[in-house]
Amino acid sequence: MITSSEERSMTRREFLIRSAKAGACVAAAGGLSLSLYDSKAPQRSQEKGALVTLPDFSMPARNGQMSIVTGEDRVKTVQRALKTLGGIEAFVRPGDRVLVKVNAAFAMPPILSATANPELVAEVARLCFKAGASSVAVTDNPINDPASCFTLTGIAQAARSVGAQVVIPRKSSFKPTTLQGGTLIKDWPLFYAPLEAVDKVIGIAPVKDHHRSGASMTMKNWYGLLGGRRNLFHQDIHNIIKELAMMVSPTLVILDGTWTMMTNGPTGGSLADLKQTNTMIVSTDQVAADAFGATLLGKTASDLPYIAKAQAEGVGQSDYESIKPFRDHVG
Amino acid sequence: MRIVRARQISQLFFFLLFLWFCVVASVGETWWQLRGWPINWFLQLDPLVALGTVLTTRALYAGLLWALVTVVLTILLGRFFCSWACPFGTLHHFVSFLGSRKKTLAKKAARNRYHRAQSVKYVLLLFLLGAAAGELLAGFPDLLGLSPGQSWPGWVLFIVFLLVVLFLTLRKVAAKKARMAYWVAVCVAVWMLLAWSWSGHSLIGASLQTGLLDPIPLIHRSVNLVILPLVDGGTHQLAVSQRHTQGAWLIGAVFLTAVLLNLSTPRFYCRFVCPLGALFGILSRYALWRVGKNQSECSQCARCEALCEGACDPSAKIRISECVLCMNCLDTCPEDLMGYRTTPSELGEVVSPDLSRRDFVVSLLSGVAAVPVTRLGGTLGANWSPTLIRPPGALMEEDFLKRCIKCGQCMRICPTNIIHPAHFQGGLEGFWTPTLDFRVGTSGCQYNCIACGHVCPTAAIRPITVDEKQGKNDFAQAGPLRLGTAFVDRGRCLPWAMDKPCIVCQENCPVSPKAIFTREHFSPVREAPFMVKSVHGMKVTLQGSHLRPGAVATGDYFCRAITQEKNGRWKIQENTESVLVLSPDPTQKGMPEPGNNLEIQIRLKQPHVDLRRCTGCGICEHECPVSGRRAIRVTAENESRSKAHALLLS
Repeated sequence: MITSSEERSMTRREFLIRSAKAGACVAAAGGLSLSLYDSKAPQRSQEKGALVTLPDFSMPARNGQMSIVTGEDRVKTVQRALKTLGGIEAFVRPGDRVLVKVNAAFAMPPILSATANPELVAEVARLCFKAGASSVAVTDNPINDPASCFTLTGIAQAARSVGAQVVIPRKSSFKPTTLQGGTLIKDWPLFYAPLEAVDKVIGIAPVKDHHRSGASMTMKNWYGLLGGRRNLFHQDIHNIIKELAMMVSPTLVILDGTWTMMTNGPTGGSLADLKQTNTMIVSTDQVAADAFGATLLGKTASDLPYIAKAQAEGVGQSDYESIKPFRDHVG
Repeated sequence: MRIVRARQISQLFFFLLFLWFCVVASVGETWWQLRGWPINWFLQLDPLVALGTVLTTRALYAGLLWALVTVVLTILLGRFFCSWACPFGTLHHFVSFLGSRKKTLAKKAARNRYHRAQSVKYVLLLFLLGAAAGELLAGFPDLLGLSPGQSWPGWVLFIVFLLVVLFLTLRKVAAKKARMAYWVAVCVAVWMLLAWSWSGHSLIGASLQTGLLDPIPLIHRSVNLVILPLVDGGTHQLAVSQRHTQGAWLIGAVFLTAVLLNLSTPRFYCRFVCPLGALFGILSRYALWRVGKNQSECSQCARCEALCEGACDPSAKIRISECVLCMNCLDTCPEDLMGYRTTPSELGEVVSPDLSRRDFVVSLLSGVAAVPVTRLGGTLGANWSPTLIRPPGALMEEDFLKRCIKCGQCMRICPTNIIHPAHFQGGLEGFWTPTLDFRVGTSGCQYNCIACGHVCPTAAIRPITVDEKQGKNDFAQAGPLRLGTAFVDRGRCLPWAMDKPCIVCQENCPVSPKAIFTREHFSPVREAPFMVKSVHGMKVTLQGSHLRPGAVATGDYFCRAITQEKNGRWKIQENTESVLVLSPDPTQKGMPEPGNNLEIQIRLKQPHVDLRRCTGCGICEHECPVSGRRAIRVTAENESRSKAHALLLS
């Protein structure tokens, strides 16, 4: 039992214990301070994230092929066009993981043709699965609200109906990239998550009027792989489209000119903006596809500076007749 | 099963149901998204929402008829809602339980003793109802034909009253009767005065502010705009990107304060603040069944007091208006004296709230008076704020303020996350009402979206159709619904101010034909004109120029020889430091000649807004690459809901 006098005065033992505890606290505070000590101010720029680069998804043996099939029914024309190029089997091998980059930029119903046609997307996805693809993902980083875009365009439902996944961008989906030989795409966020683990990339885009660049087709479609405040690139639209075409070497591009948006692009918004042009273009050469697509808009390749620029970089051939496109009609 | 267990199951059920309705309030196609779930059911059950809107609009909007169920049940049973259904009450109940653990019986009983300040909630209720009822009260003299200038002036009535008083005085009637007569005369005089000053007063109006404190809108707002965005920020199950709420801190702080106060005083909010509880307290006055003792004497063990949720003195003269029917006293009384019966408590009851007539009048009239005072600022008139952009289908401001309960359902449902609780843009009255912000969120107001009006429980935002919003078919004559107008800030816009091509706004304008159109303008680059040294084919070599290779080869640059005769421009295809390669152009005759001064120009398309076509959707503002203070901004001028804000002549 502790007496009251002992309570008041401290024993040596107690003093030593308390001193040891105080010493430990002092040591801990000192150690922590020293270990955190930083004599330098932070660097000016933040450390860059690891840059990613896109692999080449094209099939060298099939470069420079194009098929132009006319007809009203997208399912029939795309089937025919693919068949003339050797069938989808020539591009998608069993076990391949396929990414379909659609244009789903706007939350608009499919009838307005401002976005990739859902029936066409579903048919391409279905054909990929038929050729043995292990997975098919459909993606875009739209301009309008992403979830609304995929729902309202009918693309999400169409893709899911044939078993394809829909990949909607999240903040974590983007990784910085720098294009070799480019001047604009430098340490810029790329919508990388869906591209990370795929073997084949197919681009599907409608033919649309575009006030700034002249036309929005397969090359402009890769804009939807950029993140960040990509609108800045509108200051140099032709070079950014060229760089996008340099950055993405797709397996195939499908340019849907069944209905062409002649005016008020790229949003459209009225049937009056559309013209039935009944043409489906499937190509391994995006420059050739866009050069031909320009004619559907009543333009020529020379009206679209980005076509010549992309050709100069060796992306493709703007003189599409020189690659002898296959032509057919399905009624 | 014990009745307390039944109550707990009911509380848990309604609480989970409430959370579920918050979760499913998202636009989408899956079963757990907005597919006909009655997400407004709690708001519709809330009689304060119903009563408030009835006072302001004299109509009971659609689903608010549900409130009748609550009202009837409360009249018959008492304040059952507070302890059996209210999700906010359940939360307070639970936190109070945590705060009361390990406390002695005496301490618990002390915390649950009735406090005089519990009448504050009645003051708040009356104040809020007064604000809502101002217009109605001001309208009474008109109904009676009392206001001056009417065909049957009230002065006649007043004179008649005076004569009656005089007559009564002369007849020497009983003093009591005479006093009453004087009082009646004074009342009529006051009424006349008010009628005279109120009639035609532009500031007297109805303002629905119950939502500030009404627990159902409050918990909706807190969960939808603060809790869910916080939680989902990590899980990303409800939205692909982080949802934001402007001024979320204040909504969160109010919520947290209300919840944490339970630790010091159980059910603090329910007892002292809740205007809905106060309304229930008044309604429960004639309840057929009520909690009470079946004999006046008991051992005064205070067990019932220790567990009493409402602080209604169950062991003494029970206060019916405070009793929240938690039924704890029934369960805990060791002598089994407490019951829920049709007979009153043996020890007597206090049936009405602890509020004097003076408190009543002062609270109510303060509320009535508060509205014109806040409106003195002129926010409903000339001093309206153009930054207050209401959702599509919103009523005109005066009517909007009569209906909006600040519940935040529209903000929750908006797929692009552009609807936010306003601060003082709409004056004090508009606090926490919805306003649009086009910088936050994932886009502007989507052209095909009408979600907000369809979830609004009080039709402050009307449930419009897509046709009405876009001005199509039946609405072609009326034109599209405009939220405001986009204005180009020519001092910030890249093509206007910085000689940079852009027109992102034009591209993204969703209407057809586009509301934003462009005019071409050729602007000379800053460098002085260059002297042409030599020309070979399409190649033009310049004297002493130091151009960056490719700098004027973006497809947007042209050159023009500065000569006497008028000649055209050549498009520049390629450039090195001193050589320009021009684009072949069949419409151009000849080429620049050596010795010419050559001006390099950039072709700009400068955006203009077509007032008739612009809907104020704000997609242009959202997409504008000038990301801080945007170079094109929507303000509420020309909004469809207000004639006074129109810019178009027809």
